[in-house]
Amino acid sequence: MSNRMSNEPLTNPELAAVHVDDDSEDLSRSEVLLKGALAAGAVYGTLAVGPYVRKALAMNGGGDVEILNFALTLEYLESKFYEEAKSRAKASGELKSLVDLLAKDEQQHVEALEGTITKLGGKPVAEPKFDFAYSGTSGFLKLAQTFEDTGVSAYNGAAPMIKSKEVLTAAGSIVQVEARHAAAIRLQNKEEPSPAAFDPPLDEAQVLKAVEPFIA
Amino acid sequence: MADMKQLAGPQSRRRFLAVGGGSTALAAFLAACGSDSSSTTTTTSMGGGKSETAEFGKGDVGILNYALTLEYLETAFYGDVVKSGLFKGSDLATIRKFGEEEAEHVQALTQAVKSLGGKPAPEPKTEFPLKSAKSVLELAGTVENLGAAAYLGQAANIESPEVLASALAIHSVEGRHAAALNTLLGESVTPDGAFAVPADVPTVLKSVEPFIVG
Repeated sequence: MSNRMSNEPLTNPELAAVHVDDDSEDLSRSEVLLKGALAAGAVYGTLAVGPYVRKALAMNGGGDVEILNFALTLEYLESKFYEEAKSRAKASGELKSLVDLLAKDEQQHVEALEGTITKLGGKPVAEPKFDFAYSGTSGFLKLAQTFEDTGVSAYNGAAPMIKSKEVLTAAGSIVQVEARHAAAIRLQNKEEPSPAAFDPPLDEAQVLKAVEPFIA
Repeated sequence: MADMKQLAGPQSRRRFLAVGGGSTALAAFLAACGSDSSSTTTTTSMGGGKSETAEFGKGDVGILNYALTLEYLETAFYGDVVKSGLFKGSDLATIRKFGEEEAEHVQALTQAVKSLGGKPAPEPKTEFPLKSAKSVLELAGTVENLGAAAYLGQAANIESPEVLASALAIHSVEGRHAAALNTLLGESVTPDGAFAVPADVPTVLKSVEPFIVG
């Protein structure tokens, strides 16, 4: 891990700066997964996240509850990020409305996922502590773009493993909204709303090898 | 797994969909999923009936050909819009980029149908009303939002995980296109709220019918 980190430039250095608290002794698998996904995204770009998640979940059997708990952890992150951004991002006008909308959407995703996990007889993971290192509007926008693109890749990577059709459609319903968020944020950054014709991870074997050191 | 069995029935689906604090978005989502309350079969799926895409082929081939038909339509639409001269500069660049991405979807879906041993759906002849930049953007927004909803409506019907992964990869790009066009139009990027609503095949086909001339 350290070799690769030092030899290769970070694709998303701001992503690597996100701190997910791992002081607690009962670090949940979802937190470990999230940390790995963020690390993979930081080093190799968000396209690397999907296969990482797929592999990591597959290694542990990855039932629907586990997939949903991973999604929940990502949504906790996004929800907290936008909630904080209401005061931290110094957004105004159109962007301020967008931040409010995104905060609301992500909070609804959190609630829906918690409810679904409970209905399936599972236990929603606890919300980790996050520390977002950014400053100002441009710092916020940059990190937001990475989170949203990462979210899309993570859902797209994990969704084919979902067993229940209902859960799959619900996940699809959420990932489409993440993709819409990603496009909106990208436009704010004056970037292509859809940088490529396909949102999935492509180079699976190579990426898997590279991210294995991140899997606890 | 006991949970899985319970989930398969429409009753538990309602329970599942009831999560999220009674938001109207989820209520709309539920409505879009149909209300076949008498059915207890485990093959009940979110897109409606199992044979919704039967006219396009069997199983995954039918779903892929349905998607291919929509992608042909989108590709032709953007091609016509580029040629129309109604757009310049960055708007034209965006439209051209979206059109190129739809063309890539056509290629990928054609390949996928062939790899499953199926026959790709023919390219439909299309005609679009291209009156003004504004009306064209509105139509583009309608088409992209519909396309995203169409993919979402079929996701749970797909059998092959590989085909599903490909469809999801396209689905979110359609969502991105839709959001970008909604932004240009000054409309909400998430018109369905926090949960995108799927569309079934009859709804989608009825909406695109006016543009198919042969």
